[in-house]
Amino acid sequence: MPEKQIVLRNCGVIDPKRIATFLDRDGFKALKKALDEMTPEQIIGEIKVSGLRGRGGAGFPCGLKWDLARKAQGDEKYVICNADEGEVGTFKDRYILERDPFTLVEAMAIAGYAIGAKRGYIYLRAEYHHLLDLLRNAISQARERGFLGHFEIDIREGAGSYICGEESALMDSIEGKRGEVRFRPPFPPSKGLWGRPTIINNVETLMNIPQIILNGAHWFSQLGTELSKGTKVFSVSGDVKKSGVYELVLGSRLRELVEGLALAEKVKMVQVGGATGRIIPYEMIDSSLAFENILGAGAVIVFNETRDVIDVVYRTMEFLAEECCGKCAPGREGTEVMVEILERFSRGQGVESDIRVLEELSNAMMLSSLCGLGQAAPNPVIDSLQYFRGAYESRIREN
Amino acid sequence: MNKICGGIPTQGKGQEKLLLLLKQAQSKFGYLPKELMAELAESLCLSISDVYGVASFYSFLSTKPQGRNVIRICKCLPCLLKNAQTIIESVEKEIGIKPGEITPDGRFSFELTNCIGACDEAPAMMLNGEVHVNLTPGKISQILKACK
Repeated sequence: MPEKQIVLRNCGVIDPKRIATFLDRDGFKALKKALDEMTPEQIIGEIKVSGLRGRGGAGFPCGLKWDLARKAQGDEKYVICNADEGEVGTFKDRYILERDPFTLVEAMAIAGYAIGAKRGYIYLRAEYHHLLDLLRNAISQARERGFLGHFEIDIREGAGSYICGEESALMDSIEGKRGEVRFRPPFPPSKGLWGRPTIINNVETLMNIPQIILNGAHWFSQLGTELSKGTKVFSVSGDVKKSGVYELVLGSRLRELVEGLALAEKVKMVQVGGATGRIIPYEMIDSSLAFENILGAGAVIVFNETRDVIDVVYRTMEFLAEECCGKCAPGREGTEVMVEILERFSRGQGVESDIRVLEELSNAMMLSSLCGLGQAAPNPVIDSLQYFRGAYESRIREN
Repeated sequence: MNKICGGIPTQGKGQEKLLLLLKQAQSKFGYLPKELMAELAESLCLSISDVYGVASFYSFLSTKPQGRNVIRICKCLPCLLKNAQTIIESVEKEIGIKPGEITPDGRFSFELTNCIGACDEAPAMMLNGEVHVNLTPGKISQILKACK
């Protein structure tokens, strides 16, 4: 399947500092159409029919999320754009924001009208502080041109925390608190920011909205697979000749991305979806990239034949243990214990029973963790045990 | 209040302002002294533990003094695959300290950080909030020499 640019269509084409260049590319036409010709219900209906799913990794149907927030009781509602991509190997949202901040502003304004919100927040990770002025400039130029009469957008900066990309921790962070995960239900569309109905969408999800409004749900839903419509933007890094950002129609093969576009050679495995993603051995390089298979937020880290799988899993778990918020025991203690065991294996000091402990602990964490971090933290362990079990067995201490 | 938080506006909803104020204080003083956290707690009608809880949660806030220049080398896999370890060693050699330490003259803090989203141009680091990419030992030497 081909590369196709929906999300990245303006990247490298417009001047991200000048709204005039965005207007020349049909900028704010979708917002105009939404406000002048469509009811909020029609917009939400269009998004639902398009099949657009959340691009931050969870894949929740975007139209359904908006519908829940629209129907929720509350005189004040909020739209939040999650620009806190902290997943290891992910940089696509940075790439997008650097090159086309205006489409995001337009999409948030459409979302505000659709769910009945007058205020939106962009939660920008601290590591992307250099994008703050560009975003502020885009918002103020849109305001000056009269596009934000119904909707106000503020930017809130993070302070260095991976877990704040998780939607409930993100809201706590905007509220000025520790970014700890909340118990759910209630879900954000009914009780979110300050207990009010809230939608939280990833940068890339929102970037699709104006094109869907302009071209129609049918145009969008023709692309992709039955369960994964449209395109996905991938961040490719690691052992490749051409690291960078690529947008492909959903359902494309991993091989096309890794070998075809990023020019990787002698691949041993690929981590798709970052630290909480899946480890794909080279034999499965023809897997399709879709929500029903492998996807996550689109981080693709390539490892060549010289790399050690235990080291990769150990480093990954170390990251997750550091970034876990600590609220629930399975997340907090489970990741720590896994780090301990993996560290032993990396020194060639594993013991026979460690493998069984890793497997049992994986099950417990998946079933009982409070959020996606703890639930998905065992993924690299499970995958490496499945596809590279010999690497573990050869590191069991002989005595 | 004005003794320590001078110049930092503290009006508005207490909790909501807390993270913003801590970030402002961090960039003004380089860290968050105990006295400042106590005064912030009082003026925002929060407990000191609420304030300390937030201050100690985020990796870009520090409750201990830091160097005038804060070096944060990315230690995640995409950077490690591009020899971040060599960069870490060259910083150690250049300024004579290990990650987690401060130079005796207070010129540098040296930390390792998690993914900063510059994996396409790895290895990468943040220096005082600015991102530097495609690092080499030679480049590190140049960048650090330019720091006051």
